[in-house]
Amino acid sequence: MIAPDPASGLILQNVSLRLNGLVLLSIDCDIPPGAILTIMGESGSGKSSLLNFIAGFLKPDFEAQGDVVLRGRNLSNVAAQDRHIGLMFQSPLLFPHMSVLQNLIFAIPPEIKNRQKRRELAEQALTDVGLAGFGTRDPATLSGGQQTRVALMRTLLAQPEALLLDEPFSSLDQSRRSEVRKLVFDLARKNGLPVLLVTHDEEDARAAGGMVHHLGADETKNGCPLTGQPQQ
Amino acid sequence: MPSEVDRLSQGTRLRVDAPTILVTVLLAGPVLAGLAGTALPAFGYLPALGYGQFSFAPFQQLFEAPGLVTSALLSLSTGLTASLLSLAIVLIFTAGWSGTQTFRRLTRFLSPLLSVPHAAAAIGLAFLIAPSGFVVRLVSPWATGWTRPPDILILNDPYGMAMTFGLVAKEVPFLFLMTLAALNRPRTEDFFKAGAGLGYGRMATFFKIVLPQVYPMIRLPILAVVAYSTSVVDVATILGPTTPPPLAPRLVAWMNDPDLTERLMASAGALLQLAVTLSALVIYLCLEKLARVLAHRQYQSGHRFRQEGFSRFFSLLPMLLIIIVMVLSLCLLVIWSAAKSWWFPAVLPQAWSLSKMVDAVQMGSGSLAATLFLAVVSALLATSLTLWLLEARSHRNLAVNKRLKSYIFLPLLVPQIAFLFGLQMLFLLFGLSGTLLAVLLSHLIFVFPYAFLALSDPWDQLDPRYARAARSIGAPRAKVFWKIQLPLLLRPVLVTIAVAAAVSVGQYLPTLMIGAGRIVTITTESVALASGGNRQFASLYALLQLIVPLMGFLLAALVPSLVHRNRAAMRLGK
Ligand SMILES: Nc1ncnc2c1ncn2[C@@H]1O[C@H](COP(=O)(O)OP(=O)(O)OP(=O)(O)O)[C@@H](O)[C@H]1O
Ligand SMILES: [Mg+2]
Repeated sequence: MIAPDPASGLILQNVSLRLNGLVLLSIDCDIPPGAILTIMGESGSGKSSLLNFIAGFLKPDFEAQGDVVLRGRNLSNVAAQDRHIGLMFQSPLLFPHMSVLQNLIFAIPPEIKNRQKRRELAEQALTDVGLAGFGTRDPATLSGGQQTRVALMRTLLAQPEALLLDEPFSSLDQSRRSEVRKLVFDLARKNGLPVLLVTHDEEDARAAGGMVHHLGADETKNGCPLTGQPQQ
Repeated sequence: MPSEVDRLSQGTRLRVDAPTILVTVLLAGPVLAGLAGTALPAFGYLPALGYGQFSFAPFQQLFEAPGLVTSALLSLSTGLTASLLSLAIVLIFTAGWSGTQTFRRLTRFLSPLLSVPHAAAAIGLAFLIAPSGFVVRLVSPWATGWTRPPDILILNDPYGMAMTFGLVAKEVPFLFLMTLAALNRPRTEDFFKAGAGLGYGRMATFFKIVLPQVYPMIRLPILAVVAYSTSVVDVATILGPTTPPPLAPRLVAWMNDPDLTERLMASAGALLQLAVTLSALVIYLCLEKLARVLAHRQYQSGHRFRQEGFSRFFSLLPMLLIIIVMVLSLCLLVIWSAAKSWWFPAVLPQAWSLSKMVDAVQMGSGSLAATLFLAVVSALLATSLTLWLLEARSHRNLAVNKRLKSYIFLPLLVPQIAFLFGLQMLFLLFGLSGTLLAVLLSHLIFVFPYAFLALSDPWDQLDPRYARAARSIGAPRAKVFWKIQLPLLLRPVLVTIAVAAAVSVGQYLPTLMIGAGRIVTITTESVALASGGNRQFASLYALLQLIVPLMGFLLAALVPSLVHRNRAAMRLGK
């Protein structure tokens, strides 16, 4: 047992996923707060499945072993909604029935009750990513980069304890890409969040600047490249 | 957004094509003509029977009928309650369980239940809950002391509770499958994940994020359920109150009365029925608006509803109850049809006999043939017409827009009885009343919307690049349809035919009114037998009603796996 420890980050302990009895991937890794682990691998190597496992959405077709520990909390038997893990996907998935501002207010925890305060927080978040005044817009009218920035702020406003990013920049063009990427990484570091980034793009991995884990490419290299503690 | 492009291009292009016109005429035409044919006699004008003067006499006579207000209120309350209950049951169950193993398993039960005709379900339910029914037998006499059926009104209760329950049991599978189809979009699962990622419980995610997006797609089916439930005849005849009955069954009785002035009164009553159903629809729309306002407040509050174990458990119960009741009811139909003697309070029959079954099939062979003919022909016609319409629209890059959709659903949104009266008069004028052709036409009006419901989604989800790829290598349009689109859609097309056939078999009122007693189907027979109290024959006929849909679904399941036996990509996922 590990005691709850707010100073520790996201730990993947001897995690392995099986599909139809075959091992799809295994990983053993420690992502300290503010650090970024980049996961690369071919299509079908199980990157999204790993994120699904960590976030609590793994399909029943898969078999999983190992533990996910976040800030000293073992997440194995914790429901997805109680894990406090923020997610960003390939598409921003802004809720089309709400305005941009409502999308952000939606994420603010209910403990902040005052309506005015909730609104101000959301507006501040918009200003932080250079979108002041976009609050009343229909999310569908925003450009891809703008949508991604709103989605990022929505994720952060929910006060997650870790961030999982599944190719969140792949819908952006090169120039936007580096800009949004820098924003995401800076904010994650500022908030002291452990980040797990899935990408196909070497450039993303370089910009993340942290450890890189290749899935499937080299079966012998199944440890985490940075901490690399051999377990048993 | 593709829809924007559609909207832009629609403005510049001609909108009409042959199938669109045909569908509009075929569906909206009879409804409007029928409504007119109902309205004229309601105001005393029916030259064919010698009434040439407009007057309010039919309405006066109508409002003098004893218990009329009670009847109208019964129709309104039972129909609205049944619709709202069904919707609530479906939504909370979907919210609590969609995506789980339990959900997948129950879905397998609910889909076939959709094909059980209303009348058959009502008859089975009556055998289950009647004072002499299975439930009472189970606990008698050891727990209740009853050695003969108790004298209590469980069935035909004055508040219409049994009838409401019967409607709920039938509408839940329908609304559930409509909701399933609406959820079956590429990114639904990601939105569920996004909700959980923000810390929202599963049910909260469904109601706050997913439902607002899919609700527009289930709205028309819900309105159809409201319209149907407030004007239902067969279920009301079997399970509904009798002193007085709800409005619709009373109207049918007046219409069939030999006294001709009763017909004028019945027409006036049909307009009252129209008003009752419209009020129910308006009430529903107001509730919808209220829910929308309240929901928008909720979105902003940030409440996560993480502790949902109890509500999820609770959301499962009504769905399970409905499945159990329906399955038990169907089992009772089987038992009754093979029972020789089954005295109260025995739980199972004392003696069995299959000879009555043979009798019934022989006696009913005429109506069975008519049922089969109507089901097969109307299903094939409706499905072909739907395909024609969809192909023509997508060839010209036109989505089936809201207006066309509301024409298609018009027959389901107007109470059947309100325009069938008038339609019957019209057919009478043309000498078509009581002919197979007229009955077929009246079935088609109701079968087509369901065929469209069943097929338009699979068609829209067909990747347009297949057709484009075929066109680009020079295949003509007809070849693309027959060799590419149709084979790819084989399974949904067969399912549509099965659904359409089931809908045709279920048609009670159109057969009764337009058939004018000369065209009789298994369904009209079984309702007559059930209200006549002949349990064995009623259950035999109810079972016969199930045979056509069952055969249809069996074929829909078997044929594609034979045709596509070497094509992995064409097999059903999981
Ligand atoms: N529900 C499922 N049932 C069975 N197998 C699945 C299921 N979902 C995914 N798979 C399989 O699991 C493997 C991993 O899929 P996953 O989506 O995790 O890959 P990925 O690395 O994210 O690929 P990509 O880069 O294309 O997104 C694939 O071989 C896929 O076919
Ligand atoms: Mg992936």
